[in-house]
Amino acid sequence: MSRHEIMLTGSGGQGMILASIILAQAAILENKNAAQSQSYGPEARGGKCKAELIVSDSFIRFPRVTNPTFILALTQSSLDNYTEGISGKCIVMADESLKVPYWLNPDQVIRVPVLDTARSRVGKLFTANIVAVGAINKVLNIAGWDNLKKAVLMHIPEKTEEINIKALKAGEMMLCSYQPAPSAERLLIA
Amino acid sequence: MASQLVEKYMRTEHLPHIWCPGCGNGVIMHAVVRAIDKLELDKNKVCIVSGIGCSSRAAGYLDFNTIHTTHGRALAFATGIKLAKPELEVVVIAGDGDIAAIGGNHLIHAARRNVGMTVVVINNNIYGMTGGQYSPATPAGEFGTTAPYGNIDRPFDIAALAAGAGASFTARGTVYNPAQITSCIQKGILHKGFSLIECISVCPVYYGRKNKKGSVIDMIKWQRDNSIPVEKAGKLPPEELKGKIVTGVLSQATYPEYTEEYAKIIEKVSGGINYEQA
Amino acid sequence: MSRLVLMQGNEACVEGAIACGMRFFAGYPITPSTEIAEYCALRLPMVKGHFIQMEDEIASMAAVIGASVAGVKSMTATSGPGFSLKQENIGYASAAEIPCVIVNAQRSGPSTGLPTSPSQGDVMQSRWGTHGDHPIIVLSPSSVSETYTLIIRAFNLSEKYRTPVIFLMDEMVGHLREGIEIPEHIEIVNRKVIKGGQSQHMPYRIPDGECAPVFAPFGEGDRYNITGLIHDESGFPTNSHIEANRMITRLMRKIEDNVDDIVATEERYTEDADIAVLCYGGTTRSVLEAIDEARSKGIRVGMFRPITLWPFPEKELFKLSGKIKKLIVAEHNYGQIVLEAERVVKNNCSLKFTGKVDGTLISPAEILRAIEED
Repeated sequence: MSRHEIMLTGSGGQGMILASIILAQAAILENKNAAQSQSYGPEARGGKCKAELIVSDSFIRFPRVTNPTFILALTQSSLDNYTEGISGKCIVMADESLKVPYWLNPDQVIRVPVLDTARSRVGKLFTANIVAVGAINKVLNIAGWDNLKKAVLMHIPEKTEEINIKALKAGEMMLCSYQPAPSAERLLIA
Repeated sequence: MASQLVEKYMRTEHLPHIWCPGCGNGVIMHAVVRAIDKLELDKNKVCIVSGIGCSSRAAGYLDFNTIHTTHGRALAFATGIKLAKPELEVVVIAGDGDIAAIGGNHLIHAARRNVGMTVVVINNNIYGMTGGQYSPATPAGEFGTTAPYGNIDRPFDIAALAAGAGASFTARGTVYNPAQITSCIQKGILHKGFSLIECISVCPVYYGRKNKKGSVIDMIKWQRDNSIPVEKAGKLPPEELKGKIVTGVLSQATYPEYTEEYAKIIEKVSGGINYEQA
Repeated sequence: MSRLVLMQGNEACVEGAIACGMRFFAGYPITPSTEIAEYCALRLPMVKGHFIQMEDEIASMAAVIGASVAGVKSMTATSGPGFSLKQENIGYASAAEIPCVIVNAQRSGPSTGLPTSPSQGDVMQSRWGTHGDHPIIVLSPSSVSETYTLIIRAFNLSEKYRTPVIFLMDEMVGHLREGIEIPEHIEIVNRKVIKGGQSQHMPYRIPDGECAPVFAPFGEGDRYNITGLIHDESGFPTNSHIEANRMITRLMRKIEDNVDDIVATEERYTEDADIAVLCYGGTTRSVLEAIDEARSKGIRVGMFRPITLWPFPEKELFKLSGKIKKLIVAEHNYGQIVLEAERVVKNNCSLKFTGKVDGTLISPAEILRAIEED
């Protein structure tokens, strides 16, 4: 039985909530169970932002993340705040530009250039969340390419299809040679 | 004629009404009925909405679709009715306290939206139902049971307030001249959009006695002597209008009517697609 | 065949309502129920319905009653402070017997409280928020799927009994996105209607075999009066104490005499249970997780969930309390429905309360601790 407890963290406006919705959508298209939620403060932009997603083969009772198995962090403060005290089995995907806190085991951290890929390769920083979706799916294998693409297209504004699919591919490509580290691999199979 | 109108438009089994002898409310209620009769509206399509207070009891006596709502909220109820069934002719009857104090927010927003309805404000300058407290239409310096030392609030000009908030039709009349009120209400009903007719009533029992205004006859004579038709008022300097009642159609404009605008949205987005279970 | 769709709780609330014929919504922006208004604004004109953003919460409630009087199934949605503001007009709908559904996506209070944080603090207000003795029905969903089906039931009960129904959501369910199966067939109850003068000026008379007066929509030929004053069968105000007693008693009994139809509960793993956890709404999700954990440790614990919060499922809980040793009431407040549980359970079993008021959800671990404690 597979179950992922995922947290997507960053600052408000980076599209973490949308990314979590797209991944939830992809899971649903794969006939998996998904529960997505978010916590937020009064700031629409700039504040700390955390979206939560549980993907499971079985019915999800409590729909909030209690023991994260995967965390994405796009800002230093979210990386520092949300990874403290997590299990050694939790995979942390951190933007390359961030400094990895001492309490994390290097084996559990995947450093990827999410922001730089969005900015330089895709050409628009606002696609960073979709780049991340591609990368996360590559690691967690939530959905096949067709359903993942479909999920993205269901939730993005009209006329942005091309750039977002480009971002999704770029995200996946970022990890084309990704091999789970031994500890992370155990987690993914479990 | 009068008794014929009573038979045709009133719930005679519920008469006599609760209003005090000399109250102006009956005159205004009668003007509403006369305007509806002159326009030959279908009784089944007329909807009278009222709030709480002396004037709001009018709804119960009228043989239409009538709803006596909560204090101040008649316009909000009326908005729901009109939007749900735009073919209804919605007439709101409300007092000065009801519409300008507790319901003031609804007044300005209903006026702004320009929802097609006719609002007949019965302004008696006092809270009558609760026994004579000062209202937002009580002139400064006058007395009420809650203004034992004289009222220091400045009163609203209710018609001007509505016009300022965007009402597309405003008018004023007095119970001294019921024919004028009738005519204003008629015009208000015919006007497409939000129309407000401020009807200056008399409350001899509370406002009159508290302020030594004399008998009902004296109060009505005062209205006669202090009313100025709007056409004439336009030519007078402001100081000569102080304390006077300017009567007639005060403002009229053409703005898009709310339910018609919404119908356009429905037309645009509902076209041909079955969203029922999509 | 039904399909799995990803939907937010607040969206499911709107889609379910539209599916059963809701065609009028009036509301005012307030967290965490705003998505309901936003979604209605988008969806209603597509199905030839009307959405309006009113100037305040009070006006929203008034407009909803107005639209229902014209014969249209109507709904509003709010949270915390907005629910307080709507109370007077909810009482009006109760007294004048105007069907309507009020969604309250609860948030942490009192006052402005923690606007984005979950809570179940409005349980008592949903029952007694408006002044005077009055009937009310309150339903509470625990998942996005259930939000869809239960809002339909809320409308059905509202239409059948001509009463406002409070749909008591919590932030947790309202903002949750889950996969739901849109049911192929739903049962829809519409109010019984008379037109063309058939009410014979007695719109509040109850025909034989009916539980509520038959509805005469405005504009269809039955000219009558609606008021929040005590009224007789003609709908006209009266000061008669006999009529007052008759009206209030009839209103209360309309619900009391039909509790078996109105009350819905869910029990899980109660057959062999020594302990039962009473919960509702979003808290249910923590309880289910905790029960799973407890059972894996050999503790025989089950769950009792009122889906209908008001009228409170007395009979069902009383029956269960005779079979268990301990009842734990878990709710996301300082203790509200626990008072009802105490009243019903009496000395049949021991009773324990676990609650929370810090704006964070009650976690499965906290429930488990309550189960494991003596």
